Amino acid sequence: MTLLNTTNVVKRFGGLVAVNKMTFSVDEGRIVSIIGPNGAGKTTFFNSLTGIYKPEEGQITFKGQSLIGLRPDQVAATGIARTFQNIRLFGSMTVIENILVGMHIQLKQGGLDTIFRTRKFNQEENDAEQRAKDLMEYVGLKNVGNELARNLPYGGQRRIEIARALAANPTLLLLDEPTAGMNPNESEDAIKLFRRIRDDKGITILMIEHDMRVVMGISEHISVMDYGEKIAEGSPAEIRSNQRVIEAYLGRGAAVAHEQKA
Amino acid sequence: MKSITENPVYKFLLFPIGQILIFALGASVVLSLVTVLLAFIFKFNVTDFDLVERTMLILPQVVINGVTIGFVYATIALGYTMVYGVLEFINFSHSEIFMVGGIVGIQLMAYFEHIGTLATMNEYLVIALAIILAMVVSGSLAVVVERLAYKPLRGAPKLVPLISAIGMSFFLQDIVRLILSLTTGEFNVILPKFGTFDEFWKLAVPGMEDPLRIQIKSAIMVGVAVLMLVGLNYLVNGTKVGKAIRAVAQDRPSASLMGINVNQIISITFLVGGTLGGAAGVLFALKATKLDPFSGFFPGLKAFTSAVLGGIGNLTGALLGGLVLGLLESFAASYLGIFTNGAFGAEYKDIFAFAILILVLIFRPSGLLGQTVGQKA
Repeated sequence: MTLLNTTNVVKRFGGLVAVNKMTFSVDEGRIVSIIGPNGAGKTTFFNSLTGIYKPEEGQITFKGQSLIGLRPDQVAATGIARTFQNIRLFGSMTVIENILVGMHIQLKQGGLDTIFRTRKFNQEENDAEQRAKDLMEYVGLKNVGNELARNLPYGGQRRIEIARALAANPTLLLLDEPTAGMNPNESEDAIKLFRRIRDDKGITILMIEHDMRVVMGISEHISVMDYGEKIAEGSPAEIRSNQRVIEAYLGRGAAVAHEQKA
Repeated sequence: MKSITENPVYKFLLFPIGQILIFALGASVVLSLVTVLLAFIFKFNVTDFDLVERTMLILPQVVINGVTIGFVYATIALGYTMVYGVLEFINFSHSEIFMVGGIVGIQLMAYFEHIGTLATMNEYLVIALAIILAMVVSGSLAVVVERLAYKPLRGAPKLVPLISAIGMSFFLQDIVRLILSLTTGEFNVILPKFGTFDEFWKLAVPGMEDPLRIQIKSAIMVGVAVLMLVGLNYLVNGTKVGKAIRAVAQDRPSASLMGINVNQIISITFLVGGTLGGAAGVLFALKATKLDPFSGFFPGLKAFTSAVLGGIGNLTGALLGGLVLGLLESFAASYLGIFTNGAFGAEYKDIFAFAILILVLIFRPSGLLGQTVGQKA
């Protein structure tokens, strides 16, 4: 079943067409990647999906509901969570607090309950805290709940970002270069984590990734963007041998040479 | 097993009150020591009386006055600092929000006097009602001001909303003046006389000849301000809304992607800041007994100085800055004349406040406690 569907999405910045007629879909329960050279418009496309940018043209539907015109918080409420290319944690909040912010949508906290700290309020708060701790453990963080997020090492911060995104109980998780800056071992762990997220929680994953080992290792479906357009899509094997993709990455000359060698 | 620091009673009641006490006591003690030291230095300048003895004699009263006004400054300063934390701009119309709170409070009391119930009503109830009304009016006004004057300018260069805020400040002054002149024809709003607030509690302190005199309204001012500060601390650190405010302060786009409605949170920030300002307005009115449409300006400017002194964007800093500034001002007002043999008088106290602002900006631009709330991740 199609979870996310975009039709002819166009996003311009002045004269620059950053995303051009992007038609794209993600099936439920899949792990899907978008790849492409730097500046291909991948992150802009993500930002258009999540309501940070308003696309000039085209349709975006998620679970059959249009996302066009929704604010980022409304998009988040439909069940889309994301992480960022450059880690964007709330650095001077603790790890637990970061994850609790991720639960913002689900927490009710009535006004009077909050003032008088009723049993209901305490119950909800304890549950939320417990869930945050479980999520921390799920992504492989231990005993760092009360540390300030900015004091954690890079890999740890990446994990918090994922835990924070999971805290919102999303249906679709958008990961923007989740393994950027990781060494091969860390990437390997990350791949395992993403698989687990999909398998245990049934969360559909859409990611932008540069590390081809990660992309080819985990994706079930790959779309390739170049100059704002989708130039190819298919299974990892198909993409690996696609002429236009090789051209986009290596340049036409190199692609010809590659072909002659093959 | 939860540790003591996670116990809500400790976290939201004992800790903030302890912090307030430590700040108030610490600032008082430090400034008192400096003053006494100065008294010894200037001792030989003054020949007609013993300077040290005179200094010690009025010291407790000076401290009490300073702490009282310091809490009012702190309460106003929180409005500046919260808005700065979230939007990174100085809401210069906050001083008028504060003034409106004070005038609304006085007008309510004047209304009770007019219908003749003021003398028979419980005096504390009157003050509580005045404060609540001022909080509602100032809080709503702050939200409306944000919607009208700042929201359309979000995303504009930082100078633009700043100018808009200054314009809003003049606009509010003149609107209040217009309303007052249309309704009462009198710009000065005078606190009606009622109750026993002007009387003093006398605390006999062992080792001192005269008892310590605490005016009842000073106690009310401190009490209400502490209540506000504790409430704010709970809101910011103990609730979902507070977490959302802090998240928006640190990174607005990511906060919105976590499902936080940023506009709503900004409105709440203005609401809370305005509410505190309104309450502070009534407290200030109790002390000043007379307000006019322009009387928000100086307290507002001093509260802003407090916020900068403590580290703008930092809530704890605003509290400390307010207390330090109130005390400094009180010390300056009382001792400048004595120490300089009358060359300077109490009227020079404002110079002190703003000299502090300049010194802080030169030597420690991030303020006493640095900046935490507005910090970008």
